[in-house]
Amino acid sequence: MEIAVISGKGGTGKSSISAAFATLQEKVVLADCDVDAANLYLIFDPVNDYEQVYIAGQKASIDYELCTNCGLCVDYCSFDAILLKATEQGSDYKRVTIDEISCDGCKLCSRVCPVNAIKMTDNDKSRMYSGTFRNGYMVYGRLAPGEENSGKLVNIVRDKAKEISEKHKIEITVIDGPPGIGCSVISSVTGTDTIVIVTEPTISGLHDLKRTVELTSRFNSTSWVLINKYDLNREISEQIEEYCSQNKILFAGKLSFDRVVVEAMVSCKSVIEYAPDSGVSKEISHIWEKITHYK
Amino acid sequence: MPAIINQKIKIAVASGKGGTGKTLISTNLFHTLTQLDETVLLVDCDAEEPDDLLFFKEALVAPFDNHYGGKEQYEVKQSVPVIDQSNCIYCGRCRDYCSYNAIFLLEGIKTIRVIEDLCHGCGACSYACQSDAITTKERSLGVISRFITGDNSSIIEARGKVGVYSPVPVIKTAIKAAGEDGIVILDSPPGTSCPFIQTVATADFVILVTEPTPFGLSDLKQSVETLKTMNKSYGVIINRAGMGDDKVYSYLIQEQIPLLMEIPFNREIASLYSKGELLVKHKPQWRALFMEMYKTIYSKHKYGNSSNQR
Repeated sequence: MEIAVISGKGGTGKSSISAAFATLQEKVVLADCDVDAANLYLIFDPVNDYEQVYIAGQKASIDYELCTNCGLCVDYCSFDAILLKATEQGSDYKRVTIDEISCDGCKLCSRVCPVNAIKMTDNDKSRMYSGTFRNGYMVYGRLAPGEENSGKLVNIVRDKAKEISEKHKIEITVIDGPPGIGCSVISSVTGTDTIVIVTEPTISGLHDLKRTVELTSRFNSTSWVLINKYDLNREISEQIEEYCSQNKILFAGKLSFDRVVVEAMVSCKSVIEYAPDSGVSKEISHIWEKITHYK
Repeated sequence: MPAIINQKIKIAVASGKGGTGKTLISTNLFHTLTQLDETVLLVDCDAEEPDDLLFFKEALVAPFDNHYGGKEQYEVKQSVPVIDQSNCIYCGRCRDYCSYNAIFLLEGIKTIRVIEDLCHGCGACSYACQSDAITTKERSLGVISRFITGDNSSIIEARGKVGVYSPVPVIKTAIKAAGEDGIVILDSPPGTSCPFIQTVATADFVILVTEPTPFGLSDLKQSVETLKTMNKSYGVIINRAGMGDDKVYSYLIQEQIPLLMEIPFNREIASLYSKGELLVKHKPQWRALFMEMYKTIYSKHKYGNSSNQR
């Protein structure tokens, strides 16, 4: 059973809840798919036994020994990534220059160049790691800064998680997804059994929840909404519950605000490990039972 | 003190970790600056989850200039290929030229399809095709909208369509539409990947918002490393101060990064935010703090003396 924990809005407590879920079970596979800001390794300090380079597309560069400055590449680039730029400030001579930030790696410039002056280089700074932690196995990705937040790295993390769960016959995989509603979120939830959307009682939380539901409704997974820190604004929490019942979205439950959650994080523990008898831990256990036994 | 007129600066508000308070800072800073006799613009670049407008219930829709169609909304489009099956010889050149696996071809049964969600609109397939079988059509990636909140203040919102592969084209269009004049605040998308870089690339100064927790610090470090390679001036705001641990403070000292502001964790601030209310409207002392922070950033930008330099 694959359970993905996501949230449209960032900072709703998604990772803390994923960490709690991962420690309620005797053994799990934990896949940190928030590849742009992977954090769970900070809590679980996994011992990695596998590392894989992830090629996040390519970038173009110009060999000025060969370039004739014809400008054909400028006309073909759809990303405004090739410009005619003065080599020095104030100089009249402008030469074709690649703006690495805008380059999308499509290769078209290197194909149209009549003198083969444009080379493509792999973006090879991103990684996927897997290993063991105190409650089972952990897989996570780290996207290098500036790379396209591609769902492909998420897919690689999930494939590895699947391989591990089959090999070691581990029933539950917990996926900690990224914020937002982009392609890495789509990759994190595609084909999962259950999706838990973590939201908070703020007007931005509710607004983002609606966009997230618009996305998850396209999938066959069983989707649940969980309100974290519900008592920070009971009125909006009620609005969220009402929104769920009106739109026939399963409501997993609500967690009260408790500093113990942050204290747990500071001590590098999940809240279940840090304060098993706290109210919040009991609420989380209850929600976990509910979503894993839902038929 | 008389207002300094014609200030020109772009400030990006960013954070590695989501939910640290970027929107809180952007909206309150923007509202504070509307007091100045300056043109102030807030651009909501968090195109996957744009939330800034929720804090300005009085905002009125306003048209863009003619360059953006003269309407309140401008649709950001991308061209995608259309394959004319009567001309296609199923040679596979377009598929080979596509760097995004957006063309699916089964030579054996002469079937070819464009997977529009994967297409980045680069045009390599059209260039590859030697049989005149590829034309293009446009598809929508999202919209940018313009709103007015006062005499000299307006908001541009970038809103990506749900399910589109990347928010970047919509973000770039919104930043371009903001123009080069006046004070521009860019509320950046979270993370340090492509959407973040696109947003901060144009900024003169970057405010990084973090929270004093291990997750916050880890993501802050990643943002700082990225901004260093981009040669950007930046400073840090610690939100929800007092909630976690002290490690972020020693990190800032060690790296000589200016601490611009601290916002304590308390239920009143959290509650105002949750309702879509601006802190500076309800607690005037914060207006003074935001203004003071802006002045520090502006003079640093205008007169150099970047304290990020060692």
